[in-house]
Parts: sequence; C-alpha cells; structure tokens
Amino acid sequence: MKKSTIIAAMLTTTVLSGTAVAEDVTLTIESWRNDDLAIWQDKIIPAFEAEHPGIKLKFTPSAPAEYNAVLNSKLDAGSAGDIITCRPFDASLALFEAGHLADISDLEGMANFSPVAKSGWSTDDASVQYCVPMASVIHGFIYNKDAFAEVGVEVPTTEAEFFAVLEKIKEDGNYIPMAMGTNDQWEAATMGYNNIGPNYWKGEEGRLALIAGDQKLTDEAWVAPYRQLAKWGAYLGDGYEAQTYPDSQNIFTLGRAAIYPTGSWEISGFNGLADFEMGAFYPPVQNAGDTCYISDHTDIGIGMNAATPNADAAKTFLNWVGSSEFATIFANALPGFFPLSSAPVELDDPLAQEFISWRGKCESSIRSTYQILSRGTPNLENETWNASVAVIKGEESPEDAGKRLQEGLASWYAPQQ
Amino acid sequence: MSDQHTRPKTRWHIAVFLAPAVLVYTAVMIYPLFNTLRLSLFTEVDQARVFVGLQNFRTLFGDAVWSDQFWNALGNNFWFFVIHMLVQNPIGIALAAILSHPKLRFASFYRSAIFIPTILSFVIVGFAWKLILSPIWGIAPGMLDAVGLKSLYAPWLGKEEYALTTLSLVSVWQFVGIPMMLIYAALLSIPDEILEAAEVEGITGLSAFWKIKLPLILPSIGIISILTFVANFNAFDLIYAAQGALAGPDFSTDILGTFMYRTFFGFQLQLGDPHMGSTIASAMFVIILIGVCLYLFGIQSRMRRYQF
Repeated sequence: MKKSTIIAAMLTTTVLSGTAVAEDVTLTIESWRNDDLAIWQDKIIPAFEAEHPGIKLKFTPSAPAEYNAVLNSKLDAGSAGDIITCRPFDASLALFEAGHLADISDLEGMANFSPVAKSGWSTDDASVQYCVPMASVIHGFIYNKDAFAEVGVEVPTTEAEFFAVLEKIKEDGNYIPMAMGTNDQWEAATMGYNNIGPNYWKGEEGRLALIAGDQKLTDEAWVAPYRQLAKWGAYLGDGYEAQTYPDSQNIFTLGRAAIYPTGSWEISGFNGLADFEMGAFYPPVQNAGDTCYISDHTDIGIGMNAATPNADAAKTFLNWVGSSEFATIFANALPGFFPLSSAPVELDDPLAQEFISWRGKCESSIRSTYQILSRGTPNLENETWNASVAVIKGEESPEDAGKRLQEGLASWYAPQQ
Repeated sequence: MSDQHTRPKTRWHIAVFLAPAVLVYTAVMIYPLFNTLRLSLFTEVDQARVFVGLQNFRTLFGDAVWSDQFWNALGNNFWFFVIHMLVQNPIGIALAAILSHPKLRFASFYRSAIFIPTILSFVIVGFAWKLILSPIWGIAPGMLDAVGLKSLYAPWLGKEEYALTTLSLVSVWQFVGIPMMLIYAALLSIPDEILEAAEVEGITGLSAFWKIKLPLILPSIGIISILTFVANFNAFDLIYAAQGALAGPDFSTDILGTFMYRTFFGFQLQLGDPHMGSTIASAMFVIILIGVCLYLFGIQSRMRRYQF
C-alpha cells in the first residue's frame, strides 16, 4: 500500500507541475506525510485556494524515512520548496540555525498556540519561533472490541489487569495477544518504551528532570518500563523478530490480533481497513487510582523556507494553518492527528474522540528522548530503539539497558556527567 | 618545405575522441571522489567549515563510540564477502561448466532464467525475499512444513545470528548469474583442439574439467573475485531495502555502506554529519584500494596465461 501511494504521489506531482498557471504564485510544500496526499489534494488545498485566489499550493511529499536526508540535500542545493513541514525539535532547530527556516515569531496565527505546543519548534530559550505547530499524536493501545468480547475480557486499567488480559487471550488461542514486531526497531521504542514510560517517570516531571540531570536513566522510573517490555515478548506473535511495522498493521486490521500498541496516527488508515469495531485504552497505570500519564507528542509543524521568493504568500498560508478553520479541516480529515491550536475543534470520529478525551483525564507529556537529549553521539533515540528491542527479545536485561543508555548519554551530555 | 617533416602534427583527434569520456568521468566520478576525500579533513563548528586535518580519522578509529561501529561493519562486510566467495563463485563456475556441456538441452533457457535476477532492482529483490521469508505471510514456513521440516524454520531476518548470512545468500541468489556468464564465455573460448588432444590422451569428463578447463579459466576467476570484492565492499542497497538504515537486528547486518549512509545523511533524530560520513567513505575507498592493489600486484601479475 505504501509503495503505491509513493508512486501515486510521484505521478500526481508530475501532473500538477505541468498544469500550474503562470501568473499565480505557486507554493511548493515539502512533507514526509505521503499518506496524506489525498487529504491535501481533496480537502486542504481546495479550501485554501478558494479563499486565497492567486496562490496555488503544491504538496510534494517524500517517504518518511528519507525525508530528513532528502530535505537537507534539497535545502543545501537551493531546490527545496517554499513551505517546509517541520519535524519536531533538533532536526528543525538545526535547519533554523543553518538559516534555512525563516523566523516567524511575529506571525498573527501564532497567538493561537500554548507555549507547550510551541516548544517543539522554538529555540532552547523559546525566544524565536520558526514553525507553526500543526499536529500532535497521542500514544496508547488500540484493541479489537469483537476479540475482547469473544474472549471475555475487559479493558485493563492497571498493569496487573493488562497482563491478565494478555494471558487470557493467549490461553484462548484464537488471537495473537499483541501485534508488534521488532524488525523495524522503532515500534519497540516509540510504541513500547515511550508509550508506557510516562506512567513510571511521571510525564513532564521525569522528562524535565532527566534533561536537567536530576534523574538518571539507571533510576527505577526509567528502568521499570524496560522491565514491563521484557514481559511483552511472550505475547507477541510467532516470529515477531522478523515482523515489520506494515506486518503488524496488517495483522491487526485483518483481525488476527487483539491489541495493538500504537499511536493515534493509525486511526485514519485503520478506519478504512478494519471491519470490526475498534476501541482504545491509555497505558495502564501501576496501581489502581494512580494518575495516568500519556505521551501527547508534538509531531508536525510547518514553516517557511528562508530562501523562498514568495515570502508574502507563504506567510498568508502559514497564518491560515494557525486558524481554527484549518484545525477543523485537518483534525477531521486526519482523525488521529490532533490540532495543537487552542482554537476549539469538533471531532467526528469516535476512536479519535476516545484518544483526545485522555487529555482531560491524564497528564500529557512528550517523548522523553526528543528534546535536547538526542543531540550527541551516541544518539539516545537510536540507542533507545536498540535497547527496547534487545530487552523484548531477552538479549539484554532491563538494568543493563538502562546502564548502557546512561553511559552513552553521560559521555556527551554535561548535566548528566 | 622541409620543416613539415621536422614538426610532428598535433593529433587533435585523440583529444577530441577522449574528451567525452574524460569529461563525463571527471564530472561524475573523479571530482566527487576527491571532493569526498577533501571533505573528510574538515568539520563543522558553528555553521562554518573548519579544517581539522586527520582529526576525523582519529575519532573514527580512536573513539569507542565510532570505532566499535566501524569494526562491526567491517567484520560484517568481510563475512558478506566470504559468503559470496564460498557460495556464489563456486556455484557460478559449476553452473557454467554444466551449461557449456554440449549435450545439455534448453541451455539458453537455463542461462536466461539464472541471469534474470541480476537485472532486478535491489528494492524488488529485498522486498520479495522479505515476503518469502516472512513468518506471517511468507511461503518459506509453509514449504518447510510441507516436507516436514517446519522445526528448521526461524524468522531468519530477525535473528542476530542468521540475518547477515541470510541476506548474503539472497545477494548470492541475485548475482550468481554474473560469474556464471563470465566463466561460460571463458569456457567457450577454449579451443576444441586442446580438449580433443586431451581426449586422445584419455582425459575426459570431470578430470578434463579439473586438469584442462579450470587452469585455463583461472584468469577469469581472478577477475570475478576482484569484482565480487569491490561490489561487496560497496554494497548498501540490499541491506537498506531489507533491514533499513539501522541495519537490525542490533546492527548485525550493518556494513560499511549502511554505516556511511546513516552517518552522512542522518537517521531519525540523528542529524547528518557529512564530514564524518566522508571520513567513513574515505576509509572504504582505502580498504577497496588495498584489496585491489593486493590482487593486481600480488596475484594477477603472477598468473600464467596461455595463448592459443
């Protein structure tokens, strides 16, 4: 499915570039969201163009894994588009520091965002803003409601209940308890470690303490999530070691697995694929009554190429991205990507409503490795992928994993030394 | 009249005919190569490029964070090469010997069928084999089950101990056609008189292959070995297509190509570092250069050639 979208994307961009009208200003948008091509073409671009005659938009996504590399090369060569979709934190900060992203702090639309929403795309001292926050994704578990009813289990709220549910599904034998593979590595870290972790390190409190150097990765709060991950291995399907991310998606949407550790970004894709009813639950807490913490990760921002010849048109577009009109179109076209703007937005999708309702019940945090901590070598994010996989497969003990990551971090990060 | 003889004419046509190849080759190969070597002597400090001499190489070989990865990748690369030399080339030679047998029927069909994977894209090969070997959708578990060997199946691409060997064998499957074709051509060029003379002496069948044909095709085998060496140490595509830039599980399939890519272009939150990337690329260049020189001066110059 991915492959065909990429081909479709390439074909459409060729067609589009051939038909652009000469006197209009055409803004080219760089993005890694090739899954969203249809939504941009059918909903977002027509809505914007209807309101702003004279400005045409062209959405030219590349494959997610290659985006950073492709974008960097294009920017250095001066062939990048006018509008740049921004990865959160350091990747975009580096682009700003290299003079590729324009300073847009004084954009009117920026007033619609909270400081937390803006943190992903501002300088470390928060004085300069270089991308408009566009969307966040919330981590959790999606489950197959039919499977839960068939096996006779309820949605778990504590860790003990969670493993009881997994055990029962495993005994029943009709469903793979949990669909996740370790072949692509990132799921283990993103949907595993950073999904369940905030409950242990208490969200922002632990994350900021780690950045400040007050906590260490060898502390119980940071090792405990690995201890839980180590128990996951038994409940993943046969041959999970070679199972890829698309494999897991397919296993779950085909109804062969009961639980899928994931993030809200899957919702729009899964709605079209799964013919059973889906529900979602947030990461189970350690003891009943504990405050729950979720990873509500700032994921997509959008900024302006500093070298664009169409700066005014680009600013018009970015202002529109900050408006509640865009937020509503975007949130409903892409349920699962939640707008970060404070402007009120109505959501229609029940699964997306479930995810966003956790913002009211639980404390929000972002992925622990994203801000500042993955700046050096060894790269903490990459190491976390590796450690999460090793722990799930039982090749490394949770304590050793914590020790290895701490040593790597301390080797270059002064507050941890 | 006489000085026409003393001054040699400038032979412009040589320059004209050489120009296209020299210009294109300089633009796309020589210039980038030297620029990469140059880039490895610099680093970036506060958005500015600074000359640091051999500091990058000191980091690559002296800092455990880098050197561990480098030696791991180099070791994997050697294993990748060893599998090709032990599996791909002998099979290629055997196939060529069988194909050149005058009594074999449908020889040209087999030849094309075995050669076709060579022209496939790495992405297709990587993707197809990933599916074939997949524990979930693949036909490998089913086929093993059908012959009662299900217990031998493992999710090979996901196991540290098997992944690299599995990928090497996939690459062997893809490229076995190349040694086959080269050896096949060499075998065909052996004059019939020699073989007939051997037959008169009573040397036929297998012993004719070992005693007559093999010594005659040794130069071709040498060329194939060096081509395999260069291709293997430049490899990247198959690993990247099958296992991604982190070359999992746990870097067990990481080779110099993927290590260089990850460093040069960056990966996920890791930002690209063109200078360290160039350093690794330069190290790869030196390794390949040493290998090729060893072959050229150590082996090829001593090899006996037969003129017919």
